[in-house]
Amino acid sequence: MLRTFSLVITLLMSVFSASAFSDEFDSLINQLPHKKLRNITPVLTQIAEQDNDQVRFVLTEILNGDLYYLKSNKQVVSIRKQASGDYTITPVLGGDAVADQSKSAMKKIRTSNSIRSHIRGLLAQIDLSHKQTHVRLNAVKQILDDPSAESIELLKQRLAVEKDSDVTELINTAIAVNQLKEGDSQAKLAAVADLKGSLEPSVRNAMVEQLNGLNEYKLNELSETDKALKAALTKSIDSIKQKRSIYEFVENLFFGLSLGSVLLLAAIGLAITFGVMGVINMAHGEMIMLGAYTTYVIQQMFPQWIDYSLFIAIPAAFIVSGTVGILIERGVIRFLKGRPLETLLATFGISLILQQLVRSVFSPLNRTVAAPEWMSGSWQINPIFSITYNRLYIVIFALAVFFALLAFMKRSSLGLHVRAVAQNREMARALSVRSDRVDAITFGLGSGIAGIAGVVLSQLTNVGPNLGQSYIIDSFLVVVFGGVGNLWGTLVAAMSLGALNKFLEPLTGSVLATIIVLVGLVLFIQKRPKGLFPQKGRAAE
Amino acid sequence: MKLKKLIAASSIVASSLVTSMTYAAETIKVGVLHSLSGTMAISETTLKDTVLMMIEEQNKAGGLLGKKLEPVVVDPASNWPLFAEKTRELLSKEKVDVIFGCWTSVSRKSVLPVVEELNGLLFYPVQYEGEESSKNVFYTGAAPNQQAIPAVDYLMNDIGAERWVLLGTDYVYPRTTNKILEAYLKAQGVAEKDIMINYTPFGHSDWQSIVADVKKFGSAGKKTAVVSTINGDANVPFYKELGNQGISAEDIPVVAFSVGEEELSGFDTSPLVGHLAAWNYFQSVETEANAEFIASWKEFIGDDKRVTNDPMEATYIGFKMWAKAVEKAGTTDVDAVEQAMIGITVPNLTGGTAVMNANHHLSKPVLIGEIQDNGQLEVVWETAGTVIGDAWSDFLPSSKNLIADWTAPVNCGNFDIKTAKCSGQNF
Repeated sequence: MLRTFSLVITLLMSVFSASAFSDEFDSLINQLPHKKLRNITPVLTQIAEQDNDQVRFVLTEILNGDLYYLKSNKQVVSIRKQASGDYTITPVLGGDAVADQSKSAMKKIRTSNSIRSHIRGLLAQIDLSHKQTHVRLNAVKQILDDPSAESIELLKQRLAVEKDSDVTELINTAIAVNQLKEGDSQAKLAAVADLKGSLEPSVRNAMVEQLNGLNEYKLNELSETDKALKAALTKSIDSIKQKRSIYEFVENLFFGLSLGSVLLLAAIGLAITFGVMGVINMAHGEMIMLGAYTTYVIQQMFPQWIDYSLFIAIPAAFIVSGTVGILIERGVIRFLKGRPLETLLATFGISLILQQLVRSVFSPLNRTVAAPEWMSGSWQINPIFSITYNRLYIVIFALAVFFALLAFMKRSSLGLHVRAVAQNREMARALSVRSDRVDAITFGLGSGIAGIAGVVLSQLTNVGPNLGQSYIIDSFLVVVFGGVGNLWGTLVAAMSLGALNKFLEPLTGSVLATIIVLVGLVLFIQKRPKGLFPQKGRAAE
Repeated sequence: MKLKKLIAASSIVASSLVTSMTYAAETIKVGVLHSLSGTMAISETTLKDTVLMMIEEQNKAGGLLGKKLEPVVVDPASNWPLFAEKTRELLSKEKVDVIFGCWTSVSRKSVLPVVEELNGLLFYPVQYEGEESSKNVFYTGAAPNQQAIPAVDYLMNDIGAERWVLLGTDYVYPRTTNKILEAYLKAQGVAEKDIMINYTPFGHSDWQSIVADVKKFGSAGKKTAVVSTINGDANVPFYKELGNQGISAEDIPVVAFSVGEEELSGFDTSPLVGHLAAWNYFQSVETEANAEFIASWKEFIGDDKRVTNDPMEATYIGFKMWAKAVEKAGTTDVDAVEQAMIGITVPNLTGGTAVMNANHHLSKPVLIGEIQDNGQLEVVWETAGTVIGDAWSDFLPSSKNLIADWTAPVNCGNFDIKTAKCSGQNF
């Protein structure tokens, strides 16, 4: 009787107290502007406990740094930047949108790393019942990394209603890890069996911790279950170790390929101008730099299309660098044909001029090139192995450029002319090939591809006046190592140098790895002066 | 007609010569020794402009000792031996009374013998590795105990870091700083296996493996923090890779000693939010003096987007102190000014007071800031008061008995308190 009565009361209360609850929520929100970094955490915890639709919104806004308050009346607002650069300001606790204010009239609700990770913990508990699967998955991951008795309890409740298999599996893992830490020996043994095959770092850490705990005792002090537990732990850890070393190898291989494809992109234009035409072009690096700056300019022109900017930048950079290349060829290099030393010095001079030009136009400071959304982040294949998207796309893109160029050289009539002029200029001219025009186009093509490399490099490194210098030596190394005049050689050389570097790096550190690779190259060139794939036959002369 | 012109022209030349000579006699010459070309131009040009701004302001206020200040700007072009040559030129040819200059430690080391030989006066405004104190140099940047050690304390006590990755560019400042930090961490009870040290060449751009290593190192169940002495350009690809491999500041915070507002203005900082930097000054600190400084800097440089940073504040403090010391000594004579400098106080831009100590290092507050998405740094932690710069680290066995004291009776840059001997300068 009493129970029903209290039930009725609670029901009634909940109807009436909706406003009371929201009052508390309001007062908590209004406390935010008055709190310092030091004492804001309890308020956030209390906010998370409120039964209000806006809890998640408020916490996410704080997490993203979008929650502000007006300096004038301490009203808490959330702000959104518009494409036009203005801000939309919405009061969190309802009311009319605030008229546009300058940012100096507002102050951010400040957070620090520890507060943000606290908020993530709070959000994870709320997000366990979120509609979207990946949000739930992230929430469980968060709890797995930083579990508490309370959150494990929530996981157990969620398990009963969870339908998605991935989430269920992860919840089971989290519960088993907890069991491994907290349970008795029998439960621990069961947990080890459950966790078999899981690669989550926290699983391994929990296992290692348990094993270390057991290792403190002598074998004969342990009970039978503990002995079995110890054996099971050792076996599981070994198998995890084995899997990790396999993935480590795959990871290194991918790193090598991705470094290789950057080298390939930087060098492939040079493989045309130096390899096919025989021009030592010291300004090659600056063609790369121009490509990177083109990306910057395109992004400045179309700030609303950052996601697509690269697709515009690639042809634009090709045209810009290609045009500059043709100008250099027509203006300087053709007068120096057959005089390598003069060409080298003249192009070196051009490279300095271009660098200074960029310094005067864009300032010596580095420019910011934004990464499109689809280029950031990584593809998590399993808990210990992921591939970053930007590197993945760059590998694919580098290979695409390579094969397109190869097809151009082998299949098109212009490609045929280029090869003909490279092999025997006089004979080609006799057969009515316009060698001057072919020279200009070839040089423009090589420079244009360097420009494309610049677009790619703008996603990886600084866009500044010195960008080109850091790649010019690597580019020459790759072309010489691969064999002058051989595109396939360039591909193999770039990939093998990249892989060699990346496999040496964990062993020797990056400084020594670079040295070893250089010394190895010098020795190799001593042995085979013409590189990996030397030109054969009369064309080689 | 022709003759008349010639006479007129020569008289103009002569008179201008005479005026310039008399003018020169009435000015105090201030040498500015910052690279305006080459790799260091990015950072050092700003400091040259800061000195010029300070001189302009001082002249507007009536100069010093009734004389105008005259800047003599030279360009050592990021070329270390050229720094020594240019210093010699400034001191023996231009006869400057004081030099503001240098950024990298190697350039300072190259200048040091020349300033000592010709008894010049150098103000060095950048954070550095310590282990030095010269009679002729005033160090207005942070010593390791004013930047590195407090940063590590913060990570250890407030963030709870237990495993440490020390990443650095391969040259003298990171190597010495990391040596000090390693000794400090071990003294705090951190085990050898919980410290990972890695060096990379200047301008390193492929951070994939190192970041992956850090990630692995940090997944061992203990809170991990990265202490970065990575220099200049290499930071952009490093932070990009961190962002792409999904390492957030909450998982593995990175505290940097060479990344400030100026460096961040070349980044897209959204993936960096929450990573840390330790300095003695941030542009975001709200004080009246700072607001004034920022406003006059923006006006002087004519660009509303330019930022201020820590070495600029160090230049500001150094210049103000020198001006005060010259007034106190009543002369620009190096020995008199050097003695007058010790004990001079100048309000700093973050609301405290900077004091020049007897070891030629400053007392400064230490601030830890988190990177924001607008490229600014917001203070999350600061020392209670100021910290006295320590010329010789207490955590290195080779220097723990050494002190620097340029007042009588010690008068020595590296005085061994155990043997009570001054071993003279060794650089």
